[in-house]
Amino acid sequence: MTKAIRRVPSVLALSAAAFASLSAHAEWGNLNMPVGVTELSKEIHSLHMTIFWWCVAIGVFVFGWMIWSLVAFRKSQGAKPDTTMVHSTKAEIIWTVIPVGILVIMAIPAARTLIAIEDMRGSEISIKATGYQWKWQYEYIGEDVSFFSQLDRQSDEARQLKSGVDPKSVQDYLLNVDNPMVVPEDTKIRMLLTGQDVIHAWWVPAFGMKKDAIPGTINELWFKVDAGKTGTYRGQCAELCGRDHGFMPVVVKVVTKEEYKVWLAAQKAAASPAPAEAPADAPAADAVAALPAAPRG
Amino acid sequence: MANSTTAHAHDDHDHKPHGIKRWLYATNHKDIGTMYLVFACAMFFMGGAMALVIRAELFQPGLQFVDPGFFNSMTTMHALLMIFGAVMPAWTGLANWMVPMQVGAPDMALPRLNNFSFWLLPFAFTLLLLTLFVPGGAPAGGWTLYPPLSLQAGDSFPLTIFAIHLMGISSILGAINVVVTILNMRAPGMGLLNMPLFCWTWLITAYLLIAVMPVLAGAVTMLLTDHFFGTSFFTASGGGDPVMFQHIFWFFGHPEVYILILPAFGVVSEIIPTFSRKPLFGYESMVYASASIAFLSFIVWAHHMFTVGMPLAGQLFFMLSTMLIAIPTGVKVFNWCATMWKGSISFETPMLFSLAFLFLFTIGGFSGLMLAIVPADFQYHDSYFVVAHFHYVLVPGAVFAIMAGVYYWLPKWSGRMYNEKVGKLHFWLSTIGVNVLFFPQHFLGLAGMPRRIPDYSTQFADWNMVSSIGAFIFGFSQLLFVYVIWSAVRSGEKAPARPWEGAHGLEWELPTPAPYHSWDTPPPRNVIAQGAMH
Repeated sequence: MTKAIRRVPSVLALSAAAFASLSAHAEWGNLNMPVGVTELSKEIHSLHMTIFWWCVAIGVFVFGWMIWSLVAFRKSQGAKPDTTMVHSTKAEIIWTVIPVGILVIMAIPAARTLIAIEDMRGSEISIKATGYQWKWQYEYIGEDVSFFSQLDRQSDEARQLKSGVDPKSVQDYLLNVDNPMVVPEDTKIRMLLTGQDVIHAWWVPAFGMKKDAIPGTINELWFKVDAGKTGTYRGQCAELCGRDHGFMPVVVKVVTKEEYKVWLAAQKAAASPAPAEAPADAPAADAVAALPAAPRG
Repeated sequence: MANSTTAHAHDDHDHKPHGIKRWLYATNHKDIGTMYLVFACAMFFMGGAMALVIRAELFQPGLQFVDPGFFNSMTTMHALLMIFGAVMPAWTGLANWMVPMQVGAPDMALPRLNNFSFWLLPFAFTLLLLTLFVPGGAPAGGWTLYPPLSLQAGDSFPLTIFAIHLMGISSILGAINVVVTILNMRAPGMGLLNMPLFCWTWLITAYLLIAVMPVLAGAVTMLLTDHFFGTSFFTASGGGDPVMFQHIFWFFGHPEVYILILPAFGVVSEIIPTFSRKPLFGYESMVYASASIAFLSFIVWAHHMFTVGMPLAGQLFFMLSTMLIAIPTGVKVFNWCATMWKGSISFETPMLFSLAFLFLFTIGGFSGLMLAIVPADFQYHDSYFVVAHFHYVLVPGAVFAIMAGVYYWLPKWSGRMYNEKVGKLHFWLSTIGVNVLFFPQHFLGLAGMPRRIPDYSTQFADWNMVSSIGAFIFGFSQLLFVYVIWSAVRSGEKAPARPWEGAHGLEWELPTPAPYHSWDTPPPRNVIAQGAMH
């Protein structure tokens, strides 16, 4: 069955590609869930497509039945009602049992993926993300690296009421931050999520995962970006958290393991006040990194 | 027919108070039903205006019209008005009008309670709407009132909580009235399994209301004491748990979803057989399916909160129980299809709205099934995909069924026929509008647009624009609904006692318009037999 399910996305990818090529605009073609860059996000995407195609199949049957009835049994075409047709135990059993079968077929891979999602073992890096109204704080556990991440200045200016700035002129409008979270590729990252004031939710669609950041609770999720998939991945807070809920993006920069080591060392150097002869780093990053760590809930 | 005329020979000398007293002191189920429906219509337009503020702001990226805080107030108030002000009172209004007429009772069992439960509503919604003008603005934490965010509200907070309490009391009293009427006031000879399906689904709905409205009252009272009296039910710093609120809220909230949709199943189960000129297929299985859905609604609540971090076993349980709902819902859809099969179908406005219900509610059911798959829900949750899902089941679901019911029974209520051409125009504009409005929201959600945001990244611009255009088409075409009803009541053609050829049920055995007091002697058994052909 797994094989059958694995085959579904490739069939879909073909039809999706065919559909996408029809639309001239890239934005009109934004119709479906992104496949993502982690093993889990691909599994989730494949589950999404499997249940979608089941719905399409059931829909073809049910809507076909409805449309057939509406066309074939029109009074205007002289249809005579068969008023004796009021009950059939056989039919009731059939349309109870078949859907149960479909649900079982769907539930098994869904449960399997869910078990994998909940398996936090073997993580190599732990990062604690704390949601604030309205920014994120990232703490690299055991590394003494911690910084805030909030909407970049350009988006922030453009998003003011009647700012007069065309959002299309701003690169990655509302999806860009001053300090992105940085992680290495091909590494199991465990995120620890909590909220400082109200509930937030940390979501990067390309990683397939979303989880609430709740005051007084630490939630976990993990992701491992496939090797070779370095780049910047963007998401947003996904739980209503007040006035500026729409303006606290999540941006993750995925780099190679070597680049990550260099980045981490630079962050540490910037964070420790002792070596005064290290002004080479960007002063802005320096100031942000020097902020005190948030009190733990 | 002859029987009903003799049974109502004295209808001519009905006395009713005139002027404002008729409405203030109303105890007649028909008057109270009318008040409920008019109230619901007013709230529908007010909530709709708020929805248009939302869609106007989302027409383009960037903030053009409103402050993000006010935007959040609009989403919150839109939901509260539509759920508690429009859909629930509309169903209670329809129950008031139809339940006594359908079970052969002279009135609702508890007429003065009925008056009270209606008159609570204008006060409740005055309080709620007042919040728009208090310091800090209207509630902006979402209709789900999740703490700690909802506790940050300004002066609107106690007004909102008190308004919700009043709405809850009104709903519970209305529900008690329906239960007592159906269980005690059925005409002799009308067994429970002879009742029209609308009475059945309303009976089940009424039990759901009685079960869960007190849970909501408890939840908001705990919010109130957290805010004003120093308790820490939901405050983490005091040892409370914000997630507990979500569990309590959704223990109310999921049955609430079925409170909004079960009476719709009932209405559609009346209309589809009428215009297929064929009895409802699988009547008993329809009753059992409704009861199963109601039962399941109590054990699926946490599927609204898969991302709060539940144990694996909890997530698996709620995934499986949620998927199970597809079974009785499927049974219903298949039964409606089988009802039309080998029928003799005509397409008057009530049937058109019921058919749109059938198609579009099924689409909402499909996206619901997708949302049940927990791993996929981690992507869908709190995105526009969810917005598309619940609007599909609530607008072309519940709202279309209400409209279908109004078109269907209006001739019986008013004695006048609506204009079929305008009715059909209203139908087509609504159906096209609602799909242009909500279908693209599936794409937006899947592409990663979170819900409840006043502004969005430019990649979402195109489909948001389409959605907003749909919203304005849908919104303004509802003015036609008011027009078509108003003109029917004022100057429509006189309707016969049975305006629909295939209509069965006791209400159609009464003269048209239905007399002010109907069935004050119970209908004879042969009339019941004539009517109760499902």
